[in-house]
Amino acid sequence: MADIIHFHRVSHRYGDGPQIISDVSFTLRKGEMAFLTGPSGAGKSTLLRLTALLARPTRGQIVVEGRNLADIKPREIPAFRRQIGLTFQNPSLLNDRSVFDNVALPLLIRGHSGEDIGRRVRAALDAVGLLPKEKAFPLTLSGGEQQRVGIARAVVAKPPLLLADEPTGNLDPHMALEVMQLFMRFNEVGVSVLVATHAVSLISRLPHRVIHIEHGSLEQRRKAELMEKTIEF
Amino acid sequence: MSSRASSRARRVAQRPSWPERLLQDHVRALRNSLGALARKPVGTLLTAFVIGITLALPAGLHTLVANLHQAGSSALQGTLRLSLFLDDDVNQARGEALTREIARRPGVSSAQYISRAQALEEFRAFSGFGEALDLLKENPLPATVVVTPRSGLPRVETEALLRDLSALPEVAQAKLDQKWLERLYAILELVQRAVLMIAAALALAVLVVIGNTVRLDIENRREEIGILKLIGATPGYIRRPFLYTGLWYGLAGGALACLLVEAGVLALAEPARQLAGLYDSQAGLLGLRFDAAVAVFGAGMGLGWLGAFWAVSRHLRQVEPAP
Repeated sequence: MADIIHFHRVSHRYGDGPQIISDVSFTLRKGEMAFLTGPSGAGKSTLLRLTALLARPTRGQIVVEGRNLADIKPREIPAFRRQIGLTFQNPSLLNDRSVFDNVALPLLIRGHSGEDIGRRVRAALDAVGLLPKEKAFPLTLSGGEQQRVGIARAVVAKPPLLLADEPTGNLDPHMALEVMQLFMRFNEVGVSVLVATHAVSLISRLPHRVIHIEHGSLEQRRKAELMEKTIEF
Repeated sequence: MSSRASSRARRVAQRPSWPERLLQDHVRALRNSLGALARKPVGTLLTAFVIGITLALPAGLHTLVANLHQAGSSALQGTLRLSLFLDDDVNQARGEALTREIARRPGVSSAQYISRAQALEEFRAFSGFGEALDLLKENPLPATVVVTPRSGLPRVETEALLRDLSALPEVAQAKLDQKWLERLYAILELVQRAVLMIAAALALAVLVVIGNTVRLDIENRREEIGILKLIGATPGYIRRPFLYTGLWYGLAGGALACLLVEAGVLALAEPARQLAGLYDSQAGLLGLRFDAAVAVFGAGMGLGWLGAFWAVSRHLRQVEPAP
């Protein structure tokens, strides 16, 4: 199966700062869902940022959707980013716009017609269980609801790749599980998903591959091995 | 029914073709920018007012110059005289006949013959050099025909009349009493240049005002721009509402400028009529002409767009994709 993300010996540091990740190689196959784990500051976010071209690696090669990111010129970045759905621990919603308008943004920039936008936004809100809240404003929603609005925005344009950075960071365990199940449902319809999280106990109950990163280097484990830290790939 | 519904679903599932999409994007940007301005009416009006006043100044000066031009070619023309100095060998009868002939010409309102003797009398009475004249053996003054052109005669035709009359065999020399009219035109020429220079300087001011307003706008919407960059909006898409914002500021400023100039003309209309009355003229004040108004609007919108473009190209790149 083809790879959707391929890191080959990638290192990164911000400016003259310390090396955030060093010599990392891994792949995410098309249609796969995987978790990226590791302590805070281990470089999980940086890895996702590099994948979405929010930063460029200092060394190594990254290929996403068959394109070497080093070959993507600045003016090609917007089109590249439209292939990726991104969500963050802070869902960064626009507080002066309704839930509907927030989720509609990716469709607006793609030039969908108003009718089409209405249909797709409602479908995405329905998928995250927030259809009744479409007219609400983000600040009137709970943290979990805001998180789900962010996820709806990430998937509304049906990108082939979904990157989620600590999507369950400020959710209670029950809601966190719901959000993970949401990602699994997207994965079932063919979206490749990479979720950075430190909710180890949560993902240990899920069947997906775990990519563990610590001090900027990488280990890949099966979920059962996660707690023991003995056998490595 | 169901087949129609599914074909409709297929149609809306497709994105519109690119010209439709472009139009749709522009309509959306246009609506959004207007909405954003309407949400903060006081700030919008203040900015529009500053631009309005800045544009009104050159527009008002332009109107003033246009009015002085019109006054120069109508009201002042009423006081215009052509003096024809006749050859000394033209006798009084011939001179009077010539005067009647000239008075019948088109473009001439009246003509008056002043004989050599009358001229001497007038000179003796008004100049104060009467005694000096007594020393001369003969009258040095020529006979004169004073021609008053029809009032409101265009300047070119007045000059043509002067040429025609000076070509008459009896006329030794013809003089148009237009020195101060020419001075006025020269001054107006100068003022017009100055208006252009002021307009250029103020255009720069409008550019800076709009550029700065749009810069603050960008500053206030950093978060939104960051998110748009994150989800892959093109720079053109992000830029568009700001450019429309500049356009609206310019348009509103242009409209206010036209209103201010018209208000100024209305306020000055009565005293101007009185002044014109003193010059035996019916001429009222001219308002902003249609083409000048169009120019004010065009300048406003053009400068608004340009100012916004300047701000956007300087500041949009600095906004990092969120978060």
